[in-house]
Amino acid sequence: MLQQKLRVILLTGRTIEQGVGKERGKSSKEYFEAVSMCYMDAGDMKKLGIKDNAKILVSTEYGSVVIRAIKYPRAATPGIIYIPYGPWANVICSNKTSSIGMPSFKGIPAEVEPALDRPLLSMEELLRSEFGR
Amino acid sequence: MSIVKAVACPVCGCLCDDIELTIEDGKIVKVKNGCSMCESKFLGYRNEHRTRKPLIRKNGELVEVSIEEALRKAAEILADANYPILYGWSSTSCEAQRVGMELAEEVGGVIDNTSVVCHGPSVLSIQEVGLPSCTLGQIRHRADLVIYWGCDPWSAHPRHLERYTTFTEGRFEKSDWKGYMKKVKASTGKKKVQSALRRKFVKNPPQLMLQPETMSKPPPAMMKEGRKLIIVDVRKTMSAEMADYFIQVEPNKDYELMQALRALIRDQELDVDTVAGVPVEYLEELADAMIQCEFGVIFFGLGLTMTAGKLRNVDVAISLVRDLNMRTKFAIMPMRGHFNVTGANVVSTWQSGYPYAVDFSLGYPRYNPGETTVMDILLRQESDAALIVASDPVANFPKKAVEHLVKNPLIVIDPHMNATALMGDVVFPSAFAGIEVGGTAYRMDHVPLPLKKVVEPPEGILTDEDILKRILEETRIVKWRMMEAS
Repeated sequence: MLQQKLRVILLTGRTIEQGVGKERGKSSKEYFEAVSMCYMDAGDMKKLGIKDNAKILVSTEYGSVVIRAIKYPRAATPGIIYIPYGPWANVICSNKTSSIGMPSFKGIPAEVEPALDRPLLSMEELLRSEFGR
Repeated sequence: MSIVKAVACPVCGCLCDDIELTIEDGKIVKVKNGCSMCESKFLGYRNEHRTRKPLIRKNGELVEVSIEEALRKAAEILADANYPILYGWSSTSCEAQRVGMELAEEVGGVIDNTSVVCHGPSVLSIQEVGLPSCTLGQIRHRADLVIYWGCDPWSAHPRHLERYTTFTEGRFEKSDWKGYMKKVKASTGKKKVQSALRRKFVKNPPQLMLQPETMSKPPPAMMKEGRKLIIVDVRKTMSAEMADYFIQVEPNKDYELMQALRALIRDQELDVDTVAGVPVEYLEELADAMIQCEFGVIFFGLGLTMTAGKLRNVDVAISLVRDLNMRTKFAIMPMRGHFNVTGANVVSTWQSGYPYAVDFSLGYPRYNPGETTVMDILLRQESDAALIVASDPVANFPKKAVEHLVKNPLIVIDPHMNATALMGDVVFPSAFAGIEVGGTAYRMDHVPLPLKKVVEPPEGILTDEDILKRILEETRIVKWRMMEAS
């Protein structure tokens, strides 16, 4: 049976594509493609009834963002989604610093739902919608 | 056409200094020895995403202005501010960082570098527990057990494995590249057999199917000769695929796993079956491998510093290494991200006494992570202006912190038009450190290396150091005028 929502643990981090994209330029197409996505377990995607490269809405208690879901190619990682560092990930990252200045960028409880008809914002659009500039 | 050899790569903390660049008509046309990030930087430094002229925000739009106008505006912002923050620094040279410290003192601000959202917790732990470490050269020549904990070197430091650890030819330890290639061939062979079987028995699949590959396989690899590579992570990364042994820990449970390992290394018994999702028998194997090695090293990444426990995770990792040193020789090293983030800590320490989060608002340096860290200042909404150098906090800070950052005047010095520059009030284009300007940078093991100037910057574009010096001069003039006026 298809599920409407899935509870997962959100990790953020580096990918080689993100590294290449950031060196090319943050406004480049490579960077946009590398960071406006998330790796997701194939089984989890099946539970939500979504295909590779489908748009999803990821929400945490700090915010929510539309990104593309990509099947994680290496192994099964049920219950874990991985978003490369970038403006999209930061909309939903925790800002609890445990009084040492470091927010929790990994291991945040999150919810995923399909968002096929929601738009995927470009960096300018995202910044404008989040910060009004 | 000329070839420049032994160029240090200004991308990640590996700071590989064996890059060969071919220069034609004042442009880099070919990169040899570099990883894909290195190529992307050296070949893309002059692309369309570069800022060419200083910009100032007028009526909500960024417009091109002269450098003098931009400098004046920046100086006014800094001189007017009560509690400005000066953040970034890890992708520029030590020389520019030094001027940054002087500027922070002059304007009574807080100077913080990107280690606050990277290895800041590691710095705190090192101050509490110490750091039994060594240089990467020692590891290259002597380490026979390499453990990467909570990091994915293949993605974040692509040449770390081939230049400093498992796949490098050391004087006393040989490269394990051939062993890895054999493993790859064997696994491709297995897959071929599987698919052949599938095709032949497509209607009723045979019982002969090979076992799916899991991490729970007892590791015969531990018994192997030569260098061993172990990865501990929450998911199977590319590096984990290369490893002799991969341990998958549950998210946020590294602390427990390491404490369990410490107990095992002290010959205590654990009366549970699994710790953090890992069966105890595999932990015993790991503990044995650690004790039996001649010289082991743990590299740890943000998997420890960004998850639950943060600095305590690093505490226990360092304590684990201390325990191991009772039995054999072991070292530990953080995998620093940007090419000169270590330098930012070093410069800050030798100038002010503290590695990051230095507050000059009282006229003397003060350091209290949690209070004087940029992230906390932004979340408490205390700063009233910001200068960002060679960094992109708008793309890398949590939303709430960015909201406060962009509410106040924002000065950005960066070669590229990044997310922070898009939100900036004054934007200075700068030359790329390590490509268009030389200097000094510190590798992740605290070895300083010279950055080379290989090509000229575009016309009219200054270096970070020059821009900062001129902002400093201009700020002194503006402050002097303000004093005279009052």
